[in-house]
Amino acid sequence: MITSAIIPKPLARLPWRLIFLVASIAGFGLLVLFSAAGGSVQPWALKQAIIFCVFLGIAISMSWVKESTIKAITFPLYAVTLIMLVGVEALGFVSKGAQRWLELGPIRLQPSEFMKPAIVLTLARFYELVPVGEIRKWRAIWPAMLLLGVPAFLILVQPDLGTCIMVGLCGVTVMFLAGLPWWVFVAPATAVGVAAPIVYGMMHGYQRKRIDVFLNPESDPLGAGYHISQSKIAIGSGGIWGKGFLQGSQSHLDYLPEGHTDFVFATMAEEWGLVGGVLLIFAFALVIRWGMRVSANARTRFSQLAAAGLSATIFFYVSINLMMVMGLAPVVGVPLPLVSFGGSAVMTVMLCLGLLMALERQQRTTSSLA
Amino acid sequence: MNRPTRLTTAHQSITFSRRMMLLGTAQAGVGALLIGRLGWLSIAQNQKYQLLSESNRVQLIPVPPRRGWIIDRNGKPIAINKASFRVDIIPQQLTDGSTVVKELTSLLALPPDEVDRINKELSHSRGFQPVSVADNIPYEQYAAITVRLPELAGVAASRGFTRYYPGGSAVGQLVGYVGAANEKEYEAEDKNPLLLVPGVKIGKEGLEKTLEQTLRGVPGGQRVEVTARGKLVKELDPKPDRSGGTVQLTIDADLHEYAARRIGDQSCSVVVIDVTNGDILAMPSMPSFNPNNFSDGISTNEWKMLSGDDHLPLVDKALESLYPSGSTIKPSMAMALLNAGIDRKQRVNCTGSYPLGNHVFHCDKRHGPVDMDAAVVHSCDIYFYEMCRRVGADKLAPMVRSMGFGEKFDLPFDNQRYGTVPDPEWMLRKYHRQWQTYDTINMSIGQGMVLINPLQLAVMASRLATGKRVIPRLMKNKPVAPQAQLEVDADHLNFIHSAMAGVVDHGTAAAAKLPLDGIQMAGKTGTAQTHNLSASERGNYTAANWKLRDHSLFMAFVPFDKPRYAAAAIVEHGGFGAAVAAPLIRDTITFLYDKQKAMAALDAFEQSIGGPLEERMARKTASWRSANGLPPLPAEKA
Repeated sequence: MITSAIIPKPLARLPWRLIFLVASIAGFGLLVLFSAAGGSVQPWALKQAIIFCVFLGIAISMSWVKESTIKAITFPLYAVTLIMLVGVEALGFVSKGAQRWLELGPIRLQPSEFMKPAIVLTLARFYELVPVGEIRKWRAIWPAMLLLGVPAFLILVQPDLGTCIMVGLCGVTVMFLAGLPWWVFVAPATAVGVAAPIVYGMMHGYQRKRIDVFLNPESDPLGAGYHISQSKIAIGSGGIWGKGFLQGSQSHLDYLPEGHTDFVFATMAEEWGLVGGVLLIFAFALVIRWGMRVSANARTRFSQLAAAGLSATIFFYVSINLMMVMGLAPVVGVPLPLVSFGGSAVMTVMLCLGLLMALERQQRTTSSLA
Repeated sequence: MNRPTRLTTAHQSITFSRRMMLLGTAQAGVGALLIGRLGWLSIAQNQKYQLLSESNRVQLIPVPPRRGWIIDRNGKPIAINKASFRVDIIPQQLTDGSTVVKELTSLLALPPDEVDRINKELSHSRGFQPVSVADNIPYEQYAAITVRLPELAGVAASRGFTRYYPGGSAVGQLVGYVGAANEKEYEAEDKNPLLLVPGVKIGKEGLEKTLEQTLRGVPGGQRVEVTARGKLVKELDPKPDRSGGTVQLTIDADLHEYAARRIGDQSCSVVVIDVTNGDILAMPSMPSFNPNNFSDGISTNEWKMLSGDDHLPLVDKALESLYPSGSTIKPSMAMALLNAGIDRKQRVNCTGSYPLGNHVFHCDKRHGPVDMDAAVVHSCDIYFYEMCRRVGADKLAPMVRSMGFGEKFDLPFDNQRYGTVPDPEWMLRKYHRQWQTYDTINMSIGQGMVLINPLQLAVMASRLATGKRVIPRLMKNKPVAPQAQLEVDADHLNFIHSAMAGVVDHGTAAAAKLPLDGIQMAGKTGTAQTHNLSASERGNYTAANWKLRDHSLFMAFVPFDKPRYAAAAIVEHGGFGAAVAAPLIRDTITFLYDKQKAMAALDAFEQSIGGPLEERMARKTASWRSANGLPPLPAEKA
């Protein structure tokens, strides 16, 4: 918070440190996109800059929204998103092809993206409504499972495994923080752990191969493992200081596929090296820590759970993407927010940040009144 | 309502804080894991990935080294490289493949199977690797392509090098030929990528094959930066190539070519050796193929013609063909007889026939009483039948062997055959029977089991000339092998020298006297029977029974009293040794001393058989083609 006589109070009260941090990440991302296009703002950097500015504006405006308003629109928002998901499914069924978005005039709406903050808010709202004593009871568990399970299933069959996992993890995080008993989390995890080898044994050859390739991408460097092999080559060849801005051969010679979207981190690390990578990870860590602080300082149960869940959304975004490009997780198609080219991830992350800023403003308002 | 486990807001707050702490820790853990992984990839494995990234980025287009020359003892080229024109397609620059290929087909008059090959290679190629369209094309076609290059996107017309043999077919059997590597050769060299480069030729036969590693050189490379799709981005500093090494032979190219031409239309091989050091000065085998035609791939028809020829142009007769030595073995036999204590003045009465058991051996003439000198000079068989029978094969074979028959020589050819000098022990081992007297009789005149190649015959002449173990040498850089003394008396040697001089002076080869003053040749004729023809048939040769005729052999050394050169010729089905082989050696030896005189003799000879070598070969090809219903070849390309 900047305090100055010159700057008007509403502006001065914005969380400038966060905005500066986010803008830095996005700015760095623009540099990477500029390089990925071979030293050109076209076709990605300029477009991305506009998208980012628009959503930054929206996020800042959102910071004036009251917590009560957020609570009020939570369930309707969830319902609308769910209907849109069903709509996408129906449309895909009619056009006999996988579809993830709805065409609304010039805007292409991807409802599964909205579902990430929506599920967090919904579950936060739900657990706020659950009386304190009921939290360990079945009736505190099954509605949440339903609220989470239905959209997750709809997204899974789109099919969009990456988003499905993200939505699931965000929801589970809120449920975890809400204080559900441990067995709710431990039992399914154990079940998966036990079932995985059995399922693997029952799998078809091509399905097994996908798993094998994830576990050892070099076993199929020209086929399924190509993305991950090339990504590791890009990151590893960057070394500590990187090959230098505009000097990455993996991205510029097209060896690295998706070097401007999902694998943008590899493009970055090739040119900026370990140093660039660590700085970027730290910047994201600071953003997430800021969000977690908002949650820790929250006065209401809703804002506690919502803030933590929204921060977790950003965390999962970043960590799943980085694990994916560094060969620690299978390639599931999760972009690196604020850096990867594309509007959806920026939109989701900026919505989360906007909501977080709103919740944070609420804390300061109440605290200053107290 | 009063259950002790009842949860309160305070409880919930504690749970939340605890779980937030847990979540924060887990997030920090993931962060640490990510940074650790990043560090592992970019520090610990940096080198590995940098290598992989470089091998992605940089591709090496091998630039073939220029093949080393083969030169003769005086530095005259035997195999060199000639600038040639070639056309390739660079697939990545190709926009409209089918049109371009169609256009090239009509411009270069490509046969349909070539077009198929080009289309196939184009569909399999990586963007930057050129696909060969045509090699060694005439300048007119090269020019026709170059003016149309703007409309032929992706076509590259360039100058390259083709192997060129100035001697043409005269050196064919000596040097062999080069050609593009086939699948097997590619596998044998562990898939050396150089062998796939269009225009790269490797030795397929003869010296080109056996000296391949010296001649090839070290390929350079054009290092280029390419994208994942094979598009060339920029050229990096090239890696220079190193030309193959020059190989100097002991061959005298002029003499070699002279002998080849002097052979005429015979199926024959001549070997000339410098007896002082064993240098092989000439070793033509004729008829031969023209290696220049092989270096850009030989047509099926040409191959058919060559392999169907009964004069065996695809065989290096000097080293691969084995013949009975005939009477040329007699001087060595004489040396063996002298060592065994036979008095050279002792006479044997030649009545023209020699009965042994129920078989009668013949002599070609009734010589009357002959001593050793007369027996050599007039090549009396009956003298040797009798004397050799007396001495026995066990004392004969070692001498013949020490003179070079049956001996293996270390020469850079991979298909030499060494022949046989039989003896009782060998007979038992090989045919499981006892040695009989008639075996000695047969062996005494170089028939029966005795088999030699022309090089061995020339080596025998050298050893008879010097009394030393002359070892033939072809590579000029190889040290001269020390010549050990043979088990022969100087006196015996002098005797055989004068007897062999008598052969040329007044004996069987009297027609082969050197037309030179003060230089006298010593020699020995030989006529090797291939079929049991009657005397009247022998005197009445026709073209029809060519294959039944005797081989004509001659070996010689000059000057007889101070030997310097030795030579041998074996003319397949040439008839009497004196008639064909001896004049051939006479002219070849004359060339060593008086080129003008020799050339005059050659011109007259070539006139008599219908023109120079290449002309006759072209005529032969044309007649073969018309006989096989093929259209005549187009006029020789410029």
